[in-house]
Amino acid sequence: MVNVIEQANSSVGATLSELIRAVEAADSKGAMVVAVNRLAAAQDAAAIPTLITVLGYNNPGAAVAAVDGLASLGSAAVPALLEQIDGYNYGARAWAIRAVALIGDPRALPVLLDTAKGDFALSVRRAAARGLGTIDWTLLASEQAAAAQREVVEVLTNATVDPEWIVRYAAVAGLHALAPNLIDPEAHRSTILASLLQVFQQDDVPAVQARARLALDSLEAPR
Amino acid sequence: MEQEPQQLVNAEGASLTVEQAIENLRQTVDTGLRYYAAWWLGRFRVAEPEAVEALVLALEDESDRAPDGGYPLRRNAARALGKLGDRTVVPALIRCLDCADYYVRESAAQALESLGDVRAVSPLRALLDGGVAAAVAVPDKPHLVQPYNAVLEALGTLGATDAIAEITPFLAHEVPQVQNAAARALYQLTGEASYCDRLVQRLQEPNLQLRRSAMMDLGAIGYLPAAQPIAATLAENSLKLIALQGVLQSHLKQSGFPAAALTDEARQVLALMDELL
Repeated sequence: MVNVIEQANSSVGATLSELIRAVEAADSKGAMVVAVNRLAAAQDAAAIPTLITVLGYNNPGAAVAAVDGLASLGSAAVPALLEQIDGYNYGARAWAIRAVALIGDPRALPVLLDTAKGDFALSVRRAAARGLGTIDWTLLASEQAAAAQREVVEVLTNATVDPEWIVRYAAVAGLHALAPNLIDPEAHRSTILASLLQVFQQDDVPAVQARARLALDSLEAPR
Repeated sequence: MEQEPQQLVNAEGASLTVEQAIENLRQTVDTGLRYYAAWWLGRFRVAEPEAVEALVLALEDESDRAPDGGYPLRRNAARALGKLGDRTVVPALIRCLDCADYYVRESAAQALESLGDVRAVSPLRALLDGGVAAAVAVPDKPHLVQPYNAVLEALGTLGATDAIAEITPFLAHEVPQVQNAAARALYQLTGEASYCDRLVQRLQEPNLQLRRSAMMDLGAIGYLPAAQPIAATLAENSLKLIALQGVLQSHLKQSGFPAAALTDEARQVLALMDELL
C-alpha cells in the first residue's frame, strides 16, 4: 500500500472541496481508494458526509479508509454516523457500526446494544460486540455508566453463545476489554470471569477458546 | 468458495426435520424439494445411514437437469456427502469424477478431499492427464476442462507425494487461481515455505478476487508467517478473520493447545484478529 500512502501524502495543498470532488469523480475502485485515503488524511470534519457515503459503495479498500478517517475524527463523527446507520444496506451498516465502535462514544451505546443482541448480519453483531467493550466510560456520570455496564455485561455474556464463532470471539474480546474498566467490579467481575472460563472449556472452535484463554491470562494475572 | 445464503436458509431449515428432509430427498416428484433437502442434510451434518444412502442414490439422479445439461442434485449430494465424514461413500464419489457435468466433478473432488481417503488419489491424478497443455478453457464456459483447483487442492490435502512431478508444472498455468492451488498443494506435500511465499505475494495483487483466493489458501494451509500480510491486505475483514482463524488454529494444534499455554505467536495472531473485529 506504499503507493496509496505516497499518493495520499502528495495531496498536501489540495482544498477539502477538491478532495471531496476527487472522491465523487473517481472512475475505478483503485482511484476511489486513493481519493478516500486523501480525504481521510485531511482529518477535517467537513469530510464526514462524503466519508459516510463511501461506506455504501461495496469497495472494501475505500470503506476501510473511510472508517479510519471517521474514527480519527472521533466524537465529531458520531451524530452523523448514528443518523445514517438506519436504513443502510448491511455492508454499509457494518462499516458504520465499526466506525462508532472504534470511536467508543457512549452515545452509540443504544445502537451497539441493539445490534449485538440480534442483528441479522453476523459481521454487524461482531463489530457491535467488540465496540461495547471499548466504550469510553469516563464520558458518562458514574451512575449512568454503572447502569449501562450492567446491560453490556448481560448482552456480551449472551453473545458468548452466539451461533457464529466470530460473534462469540468478539464477545470475549469485548468482555476482556470491559473487565478492567468496571465501575462496580464486585457486581460483574466474577460473572465475566465465569463466562470466559466457560468459553475456554466448552467452545468447539479453538480460535474462540484461545481468545478466552488470552483474556483469562490477562485478567487473572497478579496486579 | 461458495457463498451460501446462510441466514435465510437457516430460518427455513429449522422447520425441516431429519425424517422430512430424507423423505423429501427420496421422493422424485418435486426436484426443488430434493435439491434443498440434499443441501440441508449436509448443512446440518445429518450422518444417519438413511441420509447417506439417499444422498448416494442422488449421485446417480437423472431427473434434475439444468438447461446446460448439468445435474444440480448430484452436485448438492456430492457436497453434502463431503461434510458427513462417512467414508463408505468414497467409491460412489470417485465414480462422479467421470461425470459429464464439470460441477459434479468439482464437488466430488472437494468432497473426496474432505473425507481424506487415499483411495481417491489415483482417480484424482487421472484428471491431470495431459498436464498444463491439456488444461484449457472449455469454449463458451467460465471454466477449464477439469476442476483443476479442486483436484490440486485435494491431492495436497491427501498427501499425494507421488503426484509432485505432475503438480509442479501447474505453478506456471495461465490462470492465477490454478497457480495458487498448485502452490498450496506443493507446500502441503513438501513443507517448502517458498511455495507459500508465492501466495503471500499474491496478497499484493491489484485484483481483489486474487487477493481473496490467496488469503483463503493461506488460511486453509495454516501458514503462520502469512498472518501479518493477511491482516494488512486490502479485503473484507470477514474474510481476513476466516483466513487468520485457519492460520491460528493450525498453529494451536501444533502447539498442543488447549492443554498447553498460548504461545507468543498465537497471541500475535489474536491481536491481529482483534483489530479486524
